[in-house]
Amino acid sequence: MKRVYPNKDFCIGCHICELACLTAHSKSKDLILAYTVERNEEGLSSCKHVHEGGPTCVALSCRHCDEPSCVAACISGALQKDPESGRTIYDREKCVGCWSCLMACPFGAIARHPLENKIVKCDLCHDRPGGPACVAACPNMALKQEERS
Amino acid sequence: MTYVIIGNGVSSIGAIEGIRRHDQKGKIVVIGAEDAAAYGRPLISYLLAGKIGADRLALRGDDYYTKNGVDLKLGTTVTKVDAAKKTVETDKGETIAYDKLLVATGGIPFVPPIPGVQGADIYSFTTLAHANTLIDLSKSIKRAIVIGGGLIGLKAAESLFDRGVAVTIVELAPRILSAGFDEKAGKLAANRLKNVGIEVNCGVTAKEIQRDKNGRVKGVLLTDGRFLESDVVVVAIGVVPHSAIAKEAGIKVERGIIVDAKLMTSAKDVYAAGDVAQAIDQLSGEHRVVPIWPNAYNQGYGAGRNMAGAKLPYAGGLPMNSISFYGLPTISVGVVNPPEGDTTYEVHALLNEEKETYRKLVFRDGRLVGYVLVGDIDKAGMYTAFIKFEMQLDGKAKDKLINAGPEVFLWPAELFDEKWNPEMSKAAR
Repeated sequence: MKRVYPNKDFCIGCHICELACLTAHSKSKDLILAYTVERNEEGLSSCKHVHEGGPTCVALSCRHCDEPSCVAACISGALQKDPESGRTIYDREKCVGCWSCLMACPFGAIARHPLENKIVKCDLCHDRPGGPACVAACPNMALKQEERS
Repeated sequence: MTYVIIGNGVSSIGAIEGIRRHDQKGKIVVIGAEDAAAYGRPLISYLLAGKIGADRLALRGDDYYTKNGVDLKLGTTVTKVDAAKKTVETDKGETIAYDKLLVATGGIPFVPPIPGVQGADIYSFTTLAHANTLIDLSKSIKRAIVIGGGLIGLKAAESLFDRGVAVTIVELAPRILSAGFDEKAGKLAANRLKNVGIEVNCGVTAKEIQRDKNGRVKGVLLTDGRFLESDVVVVAIGVVPHSAIAKEAGIKVERGIIVDAKLMTSAKDVYAAGDVAQAIDQLSGEHRVVPIWPNAYNQGYGAGRNMAGAKLPYAGGLPMNSISFYGLPTISVGVVNPPEGDTTYEVHALLNEEKETYRKLVFRDGRLVGYVLVGDIDKAGMYTAFIKFEMQLDGKAKDKLINAGPEVFLWPAELFDEKWNPEMSKAAR
């Protein structure tokens, strides 16, 4: 499957991927409304997070692992592996907010929703024409979506 | 190829998914003693608390078994395994032949021999049926005593309390959650429970369950001499491996069913997984029964793919629990209570009682081997990484982990590339 791979040698820590993610997952699909209104009122959050270590940066999110620890840990069946697409899919309605996935994922790729007992996790922008918004927005090709074995 | 799976819990789901990764065609038969399709067993406390409806319990979609070519036999108990003839017999009089068998029968509640424990008004809390019974019961009872301050007991207490029942917990150990927590974390959790009105008694247990002349429970006499009135008693001391059919089949059982690196038992082509299995533990390298949800899925998955011929060793289990008490989240992973006086361990603990936060890190030989987080749990997974990938930390990296928290830049560069950006050279082309 095509995954998003981050390259820390190219990342300039601009956080544009986070904003693109925020917008792509907003209702308005408008950057300013997503950031100023939906983020504050509905807890809209980015699935992507830029990590900074001194001069080095890298933007990380769910790797959609082949054998995900989060799926093994999920007590409600909200997290499952989609055998067709290979994505690790999240059913918000089923989630009870037990945080088992957040504990089990060694990639720190799952966050608590700021307002509700739900999680925030990358969905690979599966219904977005043109693929993941973060990849499209990255100004330095530090994020690539491609097929690797 | 016919795969037979005894048990229909999360190990069974893991096994179906493990088998299907490698074998799309083989026939899978799942035999479950309970009447429901596999459900999120820990969700029974959410159900009892009234937080979710019965429609949210199923672990997988309605078409899951059909889609995966599974012949699901519910309400059926396996009465005998014949490892020589490679058959299982059920209480419905069926004999089913297998090529590969998985025993994933889980655990059964342990009921200690307390005087008066046999008879009416004594309940367990490990199945959907138990939850439904307690939901009905909560309408007519006023007081309940929960024996056992572990995960199951606390969740039973909290959920019954949410149904309007006055609840008292009694726990023999000096603190609640003695297995996965230390004193400070246990105290923070206990305070939350006490603040809402649940009574928590540690360092005591039931000496005798007293009954009236009709045999109904009157209350519980404690080891410290107190008598607590109660309508019912929920016994939640823990679960023990449900290994009887394996034992009877001559399969090697210690505390649980012994399995090898591929999760096969002492009988050829018979595997075991989940709460019934005594499988390898990643950190200690010992075979242990660690009845936790992620291990159950992972062992089921690992057994399933080996049953399907993958020949891949099981990586070993890691104890981990995530549980919230009235909005106070807690997580514990790995070794959290190192043996007292063992100087090979190094512990760094930070408690903030006012903020109700606690962080405990346990190191051994330059590696993180366990942690506890209470309140602020957001970085849990990043801590888990250091344990799971067994990262060796030099002094500087360890100090950073202790003082600034976990960060992906503390990972060895090769590990980072392998996990996050493999085959970079190809990508750079």
